[in-house]
Amino acid sequence: MPDMTGAEAYVKALEKEGVEYIFGVTGAAIIPICDELLKSKMRYVGGVHEQGSTHMADGYARVSGRPGVVQVTSGPGATNIVTGLATAQLDSSPVVALTGQVPLSMVGTDAFQEVDIIGITASVTKHNIQVMEAVEIPHAIKSAFYISSTGRKGAVLVDIPKDTQTNRAEMVFPDKVEFRGYHPSVEPNPQEIHWAATLLSKARRPVIIAGGGAVASGATMELVELAEMLQAPVAHSLMGKGAIPSTHPLSLGLCGMHGRCEANYIVPEADVLLVIGSRFSDRTTGSLSGFAPNARIIHIDVDRSEIDKNVDSITRIVGDAKLAIRGIREKIAQQKAMGQRDEALIKRIAELRAQTNDLNTDSPLSGPEVIKAIRRAMPPDSIVVTDVGQHQMWAAQHYDVRGPGEFFTSGGLGTMGWGTPAAIGAKAARPDLPVLNISGDGSFAMTENNLALAVDEGFPITVVILNNGVFGMVAQWQRLFYDRRYSTIKRPKHPDFAKLAETYGAVGVKAESMKQIETAIKRSISEKQTTVIDVPIDPDENVYPMIPPGMGLKDILLGGA
Amino acid sequence: MPLHTVSFLVENRPGVLFKVSNLFRRRGYNIQSLTVGPVEGSPLSRMTVVVDAESRVLNQIVEQLDKMVDVVKVKRLDPIRTLSRELLLIKLKTSDPMARIEAVNTVNTYHGLILDVEPDILIAEVTGPTDEIDEFLKKIGPIGIEEMSRTGVAAIERGNIKLA
Repeated sequence: MPDMTGAEAYVKALEKEGVEYIFGVTGAAIIPICDELLKSKMRYVGGVHEQGSTHMADGYARVSGRPGVVQVTSGPGATNIVTGLATAQLDSSPVVALTGQVPLSMVGTDAFQEVDIIGITASVTKHNIQVMEAVEIPHAIKSAFYISSTGRKGAVLVDIPKDTQTNRAEMVFPDKVEFRGYHPSVEPNPQEIHWAATLLSKARRPVIIAGGGAVASGATMELVELAEMLQAPVAHSLMGKGAIPSTHPLSLGLCGMHGRCEANYIVPEADVLLVIGSRFSDRTTGSLSGFAPNARIIHIDVDRSEIDKNVDSITRIVGDAKLAIRGIREKIAQQKAMGQRDEALIKRIAELRAQTNDLNTDSPLSGPEVIKAIRRAMPPDSIVVTDVGQHQMWAAQHYDVRGPGEFFTSGGLGTMGWGTPAAIGAKAARPDLPVLNISGDGSFAMTENNLALAVDEGFPITVVILNNGVFGMVAQWQRLFYDRRYSTIKRPKHPDFAKLAETYGAVGVKAESMKQIETAIKRSISEKQTTVIDVPIDPDENVYPMIPPGMGLKDILLGGA
Repeated sequence: MPLHTVSFLVENRPGVLFKVSNLFRRRGYNIQSLTVGPVEGSPLSRMTVVVDAESRVLNQIVEQLDKMVDVVKVKRLDPIRTLSRELLLIKLKTSDPMARIEAVNTVNTYHGLILDVEPDILIAEVTGPTDEIDEFLKKIGPIGIEEMSRTGVAAIERGNIKLA
């Protein structure tokens, strides 16, 4: 057993996990670790603010499928990661956060830069651990990686007091850790599969909703095969985008509050609804009374606590989505008789799809049209992330993808400012692919300082800002539901984002036509230059379709306000 | 709403009680009582909560507890098979001799013990199921309760089933 300091053990434990990047911001309570990092090949990406570093780790994790690591100091360093942890946790993204802490002897004394980060993050992490002795460090780090990346993935935090970083111990590096209270199961129960298959094969109008779990388990091929076999239309939640190719004839696109017409009209028609890796968020279901009122619901989820949490299911499969879908498909293939399908339902898809595609305003730079221009300019193999707001909904509705790994967004927490740092993390995970952030002026302004890293650390990204000068989604609600009483929505006119980009060493472009947008994106990609493209859009434009809050899926507003 | 008893084994580590109570607070579960104690010959502690919940919420309580890494085993106890006891310590004002006699009789009726006697004060211990303790308190109330402390419920199921 090697005798070494806690900081040495920390570095060795991370190296053993195959960590490539550590995103973070430095500080007093982690200096011993920073010193030790000098000897490591792991790349430290020093950020400008801990929230951004956490989103980078999150972006890296979502794209690579492996835990993203964020390392910060105690006190304000630690509190600044809370938004990032909540974002990752709600979207089941494996993020490992490592926080420095004041020495154990000072814990609890309100020492300089001391906060109770274990208490603060208990509600926004899957698990958190405070190291009490140097010797615990290898086990704590191994545990964090194991727990964050198994079962339903999530954020795990390890808090490391400064004296445990400098104290020496005989360190043991476990290859495996076990917990009496943690047994992530992924193998679905065959009996449950059998029941699901029977229900689906007898259904007249089977419909599928794919959520983030379908994407996370890489179930696209299995899902498409099952949908085709059943002739079942497939809608997706925001996190489920990419579970099925957007242009597949059975694809209904986004479902819910800003769902596409084909999804929101067809989902309530289902007699059997297969929900895969989705937690029935209020944004996906609308009012529960209008959500598939006549459907018998089959729910697949790797997290047992999601079953019957918001919506009761008649059959449930706890386990990995890919294995579950494969099992159902094999079972149906064995059954001879299939129920009579309602073919009229399938025939409506194309017509409703055209209806959604035509929902543009007359303004020359309409939101959906800008999204389509971005799609035209981006090569097929590329990654798009979004910020949060109107632009995000337009992107979710109109940015066509072929499968998982192409579109990432902050779904559950809806964190404005996620996009730019997440794009940098995505680029770190896949330096070979172009990465673009579809942003808004409000979101971009929250974390634009991360552009400095994109430029200086060599992670060229492209940002397109749909700039309407207001907090657009709130403006939309005030327009539609508050009798146009606009309040708190105005944003400062400054800075000029194109000029701002230049001060960061990036390229700044003001684009006022589709052609200019497309040209600027293509140049950013071919020149490998971080580029910010500021696109003025109409502040009065609404995102349609929209289900008013509290209403059912079929209560669709298509425009007019 | 109906009361249910949920027992669970947790790792006996610092911070676990916080995480459990934080879960109840954050998800808005209504706790009637919560007791904790170490399990003999084991690194685990047993917690017992009595909750006020409809079946969907009760199911969520069990699942959300089970999801916690520090929670090893959770069980909703079957009300028909469950033996549950609470302990009550109560301080009574008994300056009036008649009141004192009545207090002693009431404590005896509930198989309680008189723990301490001073000129004007009497301290008693009563154990029993929650409803019995409630009933005792209703009877003893008019005499004049100075102070009381209830432990919350310890519970175990009859027969050859165990939480382990």
